[in-house]
Amino acid sequence: MSAITLKDLAISYGDTQITEGVSLEIAEGESFALVGESGSGKTTVLRAIAGLAPEWTGSISVFDTPRSHGIDNAVVRTCQMVFQDPYGSIHPRKTIDATLAEPLAIHGIGDRGNRVEAMLEAVGLDRRFRFRYPHQLSGGQRQRVAIARALMLEPRILLLDEPTSALDVSIQAEILNLLKRLRREQNLTYLMVTHNLPVVSFMCDRLAVMRHGRIVETATVEMLKTGAFKDPYSRELFAASGGPTPVLAS
Amino acid sequence: MSRPLLDVQNLRVSFPTPHGRVEVVKGISFTVGRERLGIVGESGSGKSMTGRSVLKLIRAPGRVTADRLDFDGIDILSRSEKQMRAIRGARISMVMQDPKFSLNPVITVGDQIAEALKFHTRLPGSEIRARVLSMLEAVRINDPGRVAGLYPHEVSGGMGQRIMIAMMLIPEPDLLIADEPTSALDVSVQAQVLDIIDDLIRSKGMGLMLISHDLNLVARYCDRIVVMNAGEIVETCVASELHNATHPYTRGLLAAMPTIDESREELPVLDRASWGGT
Repeated sequence: MSAITLKDLAISYGDTQITEGVSLEIAEGESFALVGESGSGKTTVLRAIAGLAPEWTGSISVFDTPRSHGIDNAVVRTCQMVFQDPYGSIHPRKTIDATLAEPLAIHGIGDRGNRVEAMLEAVGLDRRFRFRYPHQLSGGQRQRVAIARALMLEPRILLLDEPTSALDVSIQAEILNLLKRLRREQNLTYLMVTHNLPVVSFMCDRLAVMRHGRIVETATVEMLKTGAFKDPYSRELFAASGGPTPVLAS
Repeated sequence: MSRPLLDVQNLRVSFPTPHGRVEVVKGISFTVGRERLGIVGESGSGKSMTGRSVLKLIRAPGRVTADRLDFDGIDILSRSEKQMRAIRGARISMVMQDPKFSLNPVITVGDQIAEALKFHTRLPGSEIRARVLSMLEAVRINDPGRVAGLYPHEVSGGMGQRIMIAMMLIPEPDLLIADEPTSALDVSVQAQVLDIIDDLIRSKGMGLMLISHDLNLVARYCDRIVVMNAGEIVETCVASELHNATHPYTRGLLAAMPTIDESREELPVLDRASWGGT
């Protein structure tokens, strides 16, 4: 079963069209990456799937059910997003407990206290952090909270928007390990936006390269590891990321 | 080469907190010749503070002390603010992290680049304009005449950073300090910007201090690398020897980075207890 299906997706912000003809099929349990430079529309695709960019044409299906344009409660339950900047994505005046319990309250789920504690443990945060505020936490700890918040509703898909680009390499390694473990334990599907190809190589099974709002190439991670890209732009990206000299498929 | 361009001995930077002064740079020593020196470390390691103290940009209540802080025979610490103005820009200049915040939004790009020349030299206006345009060309900006008339919000991030570089290199300084010059840029643009810096540094025979958190990037563009952690230098090595680094912190950082042909199931995480760091 495919977790996310995009067909001919064209997203606009007002009069500006951001993406054009984006079609993707991501299988359940797969970890898929969207890579490309700033302004290529990769984050916009995630926002459209999450319901944050409502002006689009084409179709978005989550687990074979077409999604409406606005915020859709059924989709919210299965599909959650983790944002780029852990310093900006958590409410500064709410305790971690309130942040994590809020999605449960919105969806009328009980047993909140135990669920919050269990989730803190799952993302590797000590329970003493439960009643602290975001400013009392480090960047890596905040990103753990952001991931915990996304997982509170037990979604099956996580949309990850550059989850580690604001973090140091050693903290990045911890968060990547955490994401990998959570995916294994909960059989999650990941759609991750990044411009860091080594991270894709570590985390993902397949990737799509975007440029100027279009997908120029879809490749498997094996192709990434050897640099066997066909499109000239993908090769440029590969070379810029310090990849070994690509073995050209002649 | 007789004496190094920059000679730093026992540099300390401290800031007051409610619990007494905290040292963010704890007695580091290094020298920079006409070479490319990379300073790497994680956030809070004191690498940016090191760069800033060379230009005397740390204001009270921050305090900078050193046994020696010599730039080309000039004792930086004893210079007055007025004397520093003759050094900043003209002899040592600094490229900051984010062009969005470091360019003046209400002055055109051309005028901003010309400012340093107007301040430090006495050239006629036509000469200054010609120098600005040729500098913009040197940082590979097509159509420099048009770009010189633009405001910073009208240019992209990569172009903004190239403009910063043009601005910093136009007075032909002896030492360029680049503090995370590319971390606000895309990977594909990063390489371009660094290649430009590299070209100009080599052709003019300048010294470069490249401050970054990215070990691979520094290894690619520098001759020597200084690794900092918690305000101290933990290791100094030749860039090509980085993979043979011995200090557990450097090794930990190297191992924690995924590679483009990653096959490890899990990334090793820094065990901060193992070398007594924080």
